[in-house]
Amino acid sequence: METFFFVFIATFAICTALAMIFSGSTVNSALYLVLHMLSISGFYLLLQAQFLAVIQILVYAGAIMVLFLFVIMVLNLGEDDTLKSHINFKEIFAFLLGVVVLAQLLYIVGGYSGVLPELTVEQAKAVGTVEAIGDELFTTFLLPFEVTAILLTAAVVGAMLLAQKTSNVED
Amino acid sequence: MVGLEWYLGVSAILFVIGVLGVLISKNAIVVFMCVELMLSAVNITLVAFSSFMGDVHGMILVFFVLCVAAAEACVGLAIVIAIFRNNITADISKINLLRW
Repeated sequence: METFFFVFIATFAICTALAMIFSGSTVNSALYLVLHMLSISGFYLLLQAQFLAVIQILVYAGAIMVLFLFVIMVLNLGEDDTLKSHINFKEIFAFLLGVVVLAQLLYIVGGYSGVLPELTVEQAKAVGTVEAIGDELFTTFLLPFEVTAILLTAAVVGAMLLAQKTSNVED
Repeated sequence: MVGLEWYLGVSAILFVIGVLGVLISKNAIVVFMCVELMLSAVNITLVAFSSFMGDVHGMILVFFVLCVAAAEACVGLAIVIAIFRNNITADISKINLLRW
């Protein structure tokens, strides 16, 4: 049953990722990316990381993709023939590079020989809960957590400064 | 139980699809979406290792990666809007101001 779900989610994730790259319209790409993020959170659920699965849907499929769709709407990017890619030397080279990188990664992954310790079911289930993550996040990783808040504030202020219409920054 | 190497393999395939999208796409917004694709492919690797080792630190790293991805998307899209306002294009092959 778990294998069936894994194969289903993996096929779905790879198909939506490919459809995202090769789809002609930008809006369709964004919607395929939403489906892809949903399948990623399916992977997290299979790996018993419930907290991250919920966060993935909230942050990616909810917040970031709405931002992308708003920018597409503001820029009025629809079906644009000038943005479609045509086959040329550069793309063939990119494809070959991708195949080489994939071969290297799969070679490394294929060399894995199962050195990790076997976990009991209770141990495996206790890892991904909100309780375990929150406990670690607010004790050991409290300072990085607070720095993340500063990072996000700085990003929002910077984005407003970059995207505003009349820049009142003196050159 | 699906083994660790299957998760790593799927993650590698998704990462390479993201790299391919960054290299061949001409639309700046699709390039950003492919960067998000690569980030989430690496996140699968982190969660898989974390879950198979019984160690929560990998999942906390994924949490921080999500925060950085949100900040990156926010600033990146603002830059795209600023470029579009000055240049009226989202075609990255036409943005060659800094090319020598």
